[in-house]
Amino acid sequence: MTDDNGDAGTFAERWSRKHLLGLQDLTAEEITLILDQAAEFKRLAGEGETKLSGLAGTTVANLFFEPSTRTRTSFSLAAKRLSADTVDFTAASSSLTKGETFIDTARNIEAMGVDQVVVRHSSSGAPHLLAQHLDASVINAGDGMHEHPTQALLDLFTIREHRGSLKGLTVTLVGDILHSRVARSNIWGLTKLGARVIVCGPSTLIPPHVERLGEHGVEVSNSLDEVLSETDVINLLRIQFERQRSAFFPSIREYAHFFGMNGERIRKAKKDVLILAPGPINRGVELTPDVADGPHSVILDQVTNGLLVRMSVLFLLQQYREKTAGLQTAANTEGSL
Amino acid sequence: MTTTLIRGGRIIDPSQSIDRVGNLLLRDGRIVGIDTGTAVADQVIDASGKIVCPGLIDAHVALREPGNEEDETTVTGTAAALAGGFTSIACLPDTNPAIDNRGAAEFVYLMAGRARNCNVFPLGAVTKGNKGEELAEIGQLVEGGAVALTDGKRPIANAEIMWRALEYARMFDTPVFNMPQVPELVAKGVMHEGFNSTLLGLTGIPSAAENIMVSRDIALAARTEGRLHLMCVSTSVSIDLIRRARERGVAVSCDVTPHHIALTDDALKTFDPNFKVDPPLRPQGHVNAMIEGLKDGTIDVISADHQPWAVEKKTCELDYAPFGIVGLETLLPICIQTLIEPEHLTWLELLAKLTTGPAKLLGIQKGTLSPGADADVTIIDPDVEWTIDPEKFRSKSRNTPFAGRTVRGRAEKVLVGGEVRYSLG
Repeated sequence: MTDDNGDAGTFAERWSRKHLLGLQDLTAEEITLILDQAAEFKRLAGEGETKLSGLAGTTVANLFFEPSTRTRTSFSLAAKRLSADTVDFTAASSSLTKGETFIDTARNIEAMGVDQVVVRHSSSGAPHLLAQHLDASVINAGDGMHEHPTQALLDLFTIREHRGSLKGLTVTLVGDILHSRVARSNIWGLTKLGARVIVCGPSTLIPPHVERLGEHGVEVSNSLDEVLSETDVINLLRIQFERQRSAFFPSIREYAHFFGMNGERIRKAKKDVLILAPGPINRGVELTPDVADGPHSVILDQVTNGLLVRMSVLFLLQQYREKTAGLQTAANTEGSL
Repeated sequence: MTTTLIRGGRIIDPSQSIDRVGNLLLRDGRIVGIDTGTAVADQVIDASGKIVCPGLIDAHVALREPGNEEDETTVTGTAAALAGGFTSIACLPDTNPAIDNRGAAEFVYLMAGRARNCNVFPLGAVTKGNKGEELAEIGQLVEGGAVALTDGKRPIANAEIMWRALEYARMFDTPVFNMPQVPELVAKGVMHEGFNSTLLGLTGIPSAAENIMVSRDIALAARTEGRLHLMCVSTSVSIDLIRRARERGVAVSCDVTPHHIALTDDALKTFDPNFKVDPPLRPQGHVNAMIEGLKDGTIDVISADHQPWAVEKKTCELDYAPFGIVGLETLLPICIQTLIEPEHLTWLELLAKLTTGPAKLLGIQKGTLSPGADADVTIIDPDVEWTIDPEKFRSKSRNTPFAGRTVRGRAEKVLVGGEVRYSLG
C-alpha cells in the first residue's frame, strides 16, 4: 500500500468528464489522456507498486445485466488495485421479467453509497439511461451493439505500446461488424488517433452506411485476402452466435474459410503484423491456435492492458468527482457567508 | 329550443370549401347555418380572432379499455381527445380481450356514453383476437357499430387472410385498415435501418418492410375491389406506390402521423424511448415525401396514432420499451408548426385531413358545418403560444416526444352535439 500515485495528478487535472459512455464523445486528447494515465500505472506496476490508494474510501459497483467474465473481473480487479470497495450485481438481461426495473435496480445499488457504476447491458443506450437517473459516475462496460469503450481503449493502448503511435497505421477489423460494439468503439478511437480503418466481413454482417462512421470514415472490404498486405494490425472480432437471430452466413466452416486468420494468411500479411482479438475467442473460427499463440498475437497483452486502462478510467472519473464535489462545497460555503 | 351563436370567428369548413369570418348558429344540437341573420341566442360565444371549424376526427386511437386501464381508459382518452380539439375518434380493437365480436363493439358505445366526452366509434378486429389466423365475425361487428376493420398495430401478415378480409368486408362497404409492415423484416428492430442505426448500434427496421406490405395490399385491393386503408405510412416508396395505385383507380387511402413529419431518426441519438414508434421515425427524405403526399392529396387523413403507455412500461431500456406515443393533445400544434407555418398546407387543407378526410374514411356523418349536421364544433386559438407539458395532459399517459416544445395554437372550446364539453383554462 502506498500513497504515491506518481505524476497521476497532472493527468487528472486535465480530465473533465463525469461518465464514460463511449469513445464517440471523446476528443483525441481525452483518449490520449486515459492511455497516458494507464501507461503511468503500468510504470508503477513495473516498479512493484501494484496496490495504489487512488480510490480508497470509494465504492465501485459492477452492474452486469449480461453474462461476462473477463470484463467484470478486470473492472473488479482494477477497482481493488486502487483500493476501492467493490460490489458485484449480476442479473438476467430483461429487467421486466424480474419485476424490478433496470433503473430501480441501479438506484437501489446507488443508495448503498456507490460512487461509480460499471454497467454492461444487452440494450444499446442503457448506460445513457442510467447516467440520466443516477448521481454516480457511469462507465459503459458494453451496451448492446453500441459501444464498449474500455475494450477499444485497451486495444489502442496495446497497439500504441507496440508501435509507438496510431498515426498512419492501417487497422483492419474483421468479422461481425453489424453486431459488434467493440468495432464501433474501435472505429471511433482509431480514427480519432489518426489510424486508417478497414472493416472486413461478410456483406450480411456489415451494417448500412458504416463507411461514414468515425472521424473521417472507414473503408469496407468483403475480402480479407485482398486487404492483408496493407494491414498493420488485424483485430479479429468474435462471431456472436448469441446475437444472431438467423443465419447471416451459411456455416462456420465457410466463415472460417473466408475470414478466419490462419498460418497461411499470416505468411501473406506484413512481417510485423499485430493480431488482436477481444475474446473470448472461438479457436478455429476467428483464428487458428497457431495464430492465437504465435509471435504476432498480442491477445494476452490486451488482457493485461485491460486492467490498466480500466484503472485509468476509474481513477480519472473519481478525481473529477472529487474536484467537482470540492467546487460544490466551496460554492455552498460562499453562498452561506 | 336551445340556441348557441358562435360569433365573429374565422369559419373554416372544408366540406363546403368555406373560409371566411362569420357567425355560426346552432340549435338543439344541430347546425343551423352560417350568417343566418339571427342576432339573439340563448348562449353567445365570442370567437373573434379564433378559428371555428368542424370538430376534429381521429381515425385510429388506442383507448386500451378493456384490459390495459393502467395506460388509458375511455374516460381519460376521450378527455384527451376533447383537449386536442377532437369531437369524434375511432378506437382500435387491439384491447384485451379484443373488440372482435358484436358485444365488444357495443361495449365501446356504452363506455363512451358514460364518459360523455367525445363521440367514439369502434374499429372491429379483422381476425379473432387480432391473432391474424381466422376472420372475426365481421358482419356482426358492423351490425354492432364497427365503422372499419383492423388488427390495430399488428400487421395482417398472412396474405390470404388479407385477401379474404378485403373481399368479405366489401359486402358491408367497410374499409380494412392495415399496419403495413412485414413482421419478419421488422423482427427485433427498434428504429429505421440506416446510418443512425449503424451509429447507435440499434437493430434497424428496413424501409422494405413497409414497402413490400404496401405493395402487397395494393395488389390485393385491386384484385378484390375492397376498400384498403394503410395506417401510418412513412416511406417515400409507400407514398409513390399509393399515389400510382390511386391514379389507376384502386380504392386505397392512407394516413400519416404528426410525429413522422415533425421528427427524424436523428432523435434516437438520445436513446429516449419516447422516440420509439411504429413505424420508426425516418430520415428527412422520407419526411419530405410525406409532406408532398399531403400537399398533392395522396394522404387525405392525419392521425395522432395515440398509443398511451404507463410510465413504468415506457421508461426503460430502448429495446424493451413498447412502440408508440400519446398524440391527441399535441396533434394540432405540431401540425400548425410543421405544416401551416412553413406554408406546406393552408388551414383549409389541413382541416380537411382532420375532418372530411377521416369522416369519409370511416363513413360517419361528421366533420361538417353544413345545415342539419350534428353540432360538433371546435374553436381554435391559432395564435396562443404555449409549452407542451405532459404533466398537464388529460391522457393517463405521458409518453410524448414533444415535452418542453414551445408551440402555437390549441383548441379553446370544443362542442359536441351543441354542448360545450371542453374549455381551455
